[in-house]
Amino acid sequence: MSGVFRLAGRGRIDPSRPVAFRFDGRLIRGYAGDTVASALLAEGRHLMGRSFKYHRPRGPVSAGSDEPNALIGVGEGGRYTPNLRATQVEIHDGLVAVSQNRAPSLRFDIGALNTLAAPLLPAGFYYKTFMWPRGFWDKVYEPLIRRAAGLGRAPEAPDPDHYALHYAHCDVLVAGGGPAGLAAALAAGRMGARVILCDENAEFGGSLLADAYSRIDGLTAMDWVARMVAELERLPNVQLLTRCSAFHYGPHNMVALNQRLTDHLAMPPADMPRERIWQVRAREVVLAAGALERALVFEGNDRPGIMLASAARTYLHRYGVACGRKAVVVTADDAAYRVALDLAEAGVKIAAIADLRPVPGGTLVEAARARGIRILPATTIQRAHGHLRVTGAELAPVGEGGAVGKGRAVACDLVLMSGGFTPSLHLHSQARGALRFDDALGVYLPGEAIERVRSAGACRGVFALDAVLRDGVAAGLAAAGGENGPEWRVTRQDAPGTGGFAGALPRRGPGHLALAFVDFQNDVTAKDVKLAVREGFRSIEHVKRYTTTGMATDQGKGSNVNALAIVSNVLGRRPEEIGLTTYRPPYTPVTFGAFAGHARGDQFDPLRLPPMDGWARARGAVFEDVGQWRRARYFPRAGEDMAAAVARECRAVRSAAGIFDASTLGKIEVAGPDAAEFMNRFYVNAWTKLGVGKCRYGLVCRDSGFVYDDGVVGRIAADRFHVTTTTGGAAGVLNMMEDYLQTEWADLDVWLTSVTEQWAVIALQGPRAREILAPLVDGLDISAASMPHMTLREGSIGGVPMRLFRVSFTGELGYEINVPSGQARAVWDRVWQAGAACGLTPYGTEAMHVLRAEKGYLIVGQETDGTMTPGDVGCGWAVSKVKPDFIGKRALALPAMNAPDRLQMVGVLTDDPLSMLEEGMQLVAAAHIPAPTSAEGHVTSSYFSPALGRSIALAMVKGGRGRMGTGLYAPCLDGPPLKVTLVDPVFYDPEGARLNG
Amino acid sequence: MVEIAEGCTLDSLPPMIRLVLQGRAAALDAAAGALGLDAVPPLLRAASGAGGQALRLGPFELMILPALGSRAGLDAALAALPHSLVDVSDRHVGFVLEGARAADILAGLCPLDFAPSSFPVGMVTRTLLDKAGAAIWRTGAQTFHIEVWRSFAPYVEAQLREVGRGISFSLLSV
Amino acid sequence: MLLIDCPYCGPRAEIEFAYGGEAHIVRPAADVSEAEWEAFLYLRDNTKGVLAERWRHSHGCGRFFNALRDTRTDRFLAFYEIGTPRPETGEAA
Repeated sequence: MSGVFRLAGRGRIDPSRPVAFRFDGRLIRGYAGDTVASALLAEGRHLMGRSFKYHRPRGPVSAGSDEPNALIGVGEGGRYTPNLRATQVEIHDGLVAVSQNRAPSLRFDIGALNTLAAPLLPAGFYYKTFMWPRGFWDKVYEPLIRRAAGLGRAPEAPDPDHYALHYAHCDVLVAGGGPAGLAAALAAGRMGARVILCDENAEFGGSLLADAYSRIDGLTAMDWVARMVAELERLPNVQLLTRCSAFHYGPHNMVALNQRLTDHLAMPPADMPRERIWQVRAREVVLAAGALERALVFEGNDRPGIMLASAARTYLHRYGVACGRKAVVVTADDAAYRVALDLAEAGVKIAAIADLRPVPGGTLVEAARARGIRILPATTIQRAHGHLRVTGAELAPVGEGGAVGKGRAVACDLVLMSGGFTPSLHLHSQARGALRFDDALGVYLPGEAIERVRSAGACRGVFALDAVLRDGVAAGLAAAGGENGPEWRVTRQDAPGTGGFAGALPRRGPGHLALAFVDFQNDVTAKDVKLAVREGFRSIEHVKRYTTTGMATDQGKGSNVNALAIVSNVLGRRPEEIGLTTYRPPYTPVTFGAFAGHARGDQFDPLRLPPMDGWARARGAVFEDVGQWRRARYFPRAGEDMAAAVARECRAVRSAAGIFDASTLGKIEVAGPDAAEFMNRFYVNAWTKLGVGKCRYGLVCRDSGFVYDDGVVGRIAADRFHVTTTTGGAAGVLNMMEDYLQTEWADLDVWLTSVTEQWAVIALQGPRAREILAPLVDGLDISAASMPHMTLREGSIGGVPMRLFRVSFTGELGYEINVPSGQARAVWDRVWQAGAACGLTPYGTEAMHVLRAEKGYLIVGQETDGTMTPGDVGCGWAVSKVKPDFIGKRALALPAMNAPDRLQMVGVLTDDPLSMLEEGMQLVAAAHIPAPTSAEGHVTSSYFSPALGRSIALAMVKGGRGRMGTGLYAPCLDGPPLKVTLVDPVFYDPEGARLNG
Repeated sequence: MVEIAEGCTLDSLPPMIRLVLQGRAAALDAAAGALGLDAVPPLLRAASGAGGQALRLGPFELMILPALGSRAGLDAALAALPHSLVDVSDRHVGFVLEGARAADILAGLCPLDFAPSSFPVGMVTRTLLDKAGAAIWRTGAQTFHIEVWRSFAPYVEAQLREVGRGISFSLLSV
Repeated sequence: MLLIDCPYCGPRAEIEFAYGGEAHIVRPAADVSEAEWEAFLYLRDNTKGVLAERWRHSHGCGRFFNALRDTRTDRFLAFYEIGTPRPETGEAA
């Protein structure tokens, strides 16, 4: 067996399968089943990391997910993961692990000088000290502190793995696979319930994996576990998940699990997800989360070689590792005596058991005595000696009244501490269950639950094994709705005993310089917590934030109760009067990859492609994202930049014809006998008199009177309207229509159907548009006389059904050809070919914007911001004066909505025709006004107009329509303010002669 | 047939006629009659008649997949009743996902419970496939007909493939 | 993620729904006073306790409906159709 501290014949590792990995570059040998921590401990090595603030040398305190100290980085390149707990990382051949927060090496760390300065670095030190000079914080102090503090570095390469998500449903979710969880899962599983049992460890068993003493039905605890797991595996209605942490308890019993699939494998299959998030919706949840042993708070309690007693037992029985040769045990309860007995039996010398209780007694104590172990009652540990490894403990008697006498040094290389067990309440608390303080146990226990959840076993303060099994069965039966469950006879077990300690251990002397750690990971000492209380922090939530205790990646698993007890002692108030900090998810850290799941890269969000996307891509278009849509922005020719391409596209539309994919426009078919009445109530416009075959510009307000959306509406039939919306407003308008229809006007016989993706829209715009289109439309007469501006016709184009709108968003003669989207590309190709001889040019969204701005057409969401009335944006003409009601009518009559100084849409011209305003620029009254000042308005759209040969802009200006011809100034960040003049927003063809051509 | 996971295929359906009928009970009854159904299918259930298939997606809504050339019968049956009948054939793209892992793959994108007891053959509903709206119709124990809006089809197809890639490595038993 | 029992489709995950704000807000006629219109637009109770609220099963049947939810616990007490009165639950609002 490799590793001088490995004990042959013990542990659950597989001695026939040696495994080699690297830690800080050095080759380490272990066995299948080892963790990084157990393999290093087998070599006698406790030093595994450096602390966050003082760079103190640290070793593992625990053997599980509560580990605060032994945090390591694992993997290389894009697979590098920082801050993993060495106590949980399973080794495999080729694993590469490194220690963190040290330079140049773990044994010699220059940052450890911080520990000498520790008296100068109390709680709140940064807040108090680095206040002056003010400018130094960003540039000097913070970078220095950030470099010195911290844990692992973030990976720099892209993550090459993929991650999965799975929604699951079950009758009973059991979180935790120790004795209570196994019993609950089996009880529910035998009832036929759909059961999911998860455990964060590589194998089920929990505390039983480190229990060599107990016997159940005559079996060792581990053999009993194997029998339970075997039966559960045979049940088809039970899903077993190991390496799977329940980390978040959401409303209505939705619990998130994080399953780690590949990290323990040397050669994972190529397509295997690295992790999978399970979103489990459970009818009932059983929490069997167990309890965590508490550390003791004394000077030097963070030296490598000082650990929880239960951890040493786990390393012994699960990994076959002795954590030292000579141990001092410091305890306030009976459980540590079993650890001492097990270690002694395995050959570890127990130098002494220091028991904080004045008169320890009971079978375990007697057993230890009988074995000849020296027991020191009413004894505390004054301090631990050593640097990179503990070398001794100073044990001191505690007299009546708590006075601590002179101590004596005991040499050792291992100090085991036990302050009793803290039930794991995290998930119960995340589920917003109440907590109650139990005086007998001196800990918080789960109180009344809100969700359908129950706790079982140690996580609700039940510790004796026989009681735990009964509790688990009862919880499983109650969750599955059964009465008769399995029974097992515990034939040998330890009595749980009494005791426990929380807070800082009593000590001799004031201890001004003593570093007794409460929160190992965040380097928070007892002194820091006391100082916070002395400085006036009374709420435990404030103490937490001021000292950062409990705020590290372990979420205060081992530290919260000790911090609470210290505050309680200083304030002289009972713990339940002080309360507990809120438990927050995740229970243990979860990688970003797991959270992202399938939603990464191109698949992060749906990318919606309009029907002519392929054509545009083949033409070399440059695209822009418009919501989820990807739209062609412009079509550059060789050597053209955006400005040149857009100018050419604009000129083509004004002089010949342009073709544009407008398919993303929202479209809604409003049909039914009451369609016109619905339109009257919904839009500000009047619809009754709109004839079949006619179109009208429609404007939607909210009941607040503010513009919500706009679009052209065509009347297909007396009882049928073809409504268009903005691209971004499509879903919102439909939802708002359904809202009023279903909840206000349920009497109307009218129905709404989204046809956005049924109809593709090919916009054909320009003076030659009719000439191109006329031969294609299967005999339809589209002459100016028969089909004037703002009309529509149903027909066909090359045999493809068509709704043809004569409408224009460019100011030119124009058509929007609506065809079924599955055939749109073929129609587009035909129009394109037909237009070749007429100079037909494809244009993108950028030219579309320029052309509409030249005409002063607003874009909802660009000119408007949710506080603009129709009148503000020059559309007061659209608002019906005669309708008895419509959405927004009452609000539009409010005096404030008609105030003369409201922002109104105007055109803006810079005095220098080549100067460009920027969208969002403020407009002010004078060239030089000292800030702060209030703006007269702001620029909403700004372009270079090819038609005018100069820059143009639209703006919202206070009382703007009454200020035509007057000047304002646009302050610039990088130069003198630009002088501008307010003008009519219609820059081009104000008579509309081209439109009606 | 495109295999996206062991024993699981994903295929695009050819174009088909899809109509959305909305109206009150009388209109839905009339449509059911025209399709040769005894009655309007219950909520979230599909039914098949000589005139085509009807999918009851909402209390006042049927999606109708008419047998070829049978729209005229529908129009005639509905003529006297208030209703809205809209052709959305091109709005959608259809897929068929089939195989032993089909339900598991859907469960990677959708929070519905696809256990046969909760989602039996013949059930149809709109829901979400990750971030895209979709209608899912269980046409067989291991066969699902999926309808999505046309522009979401590439996204949904890629998501189904991505889930399929990892699905063989899970033991999903409940 | 809440589990919401659509009156038409049964229990579904929250992501299929859109929230619709407080229920039973009556839209007044267009001739009410400014103060009444302002109250309709902007004044809400922000209830701590049982709140009647609107939901739309937007990624399902598309229907709006009402629910009673305890805002302290997120527990739903009732789901009911638009146009029907708020059910009696015996719990204080």
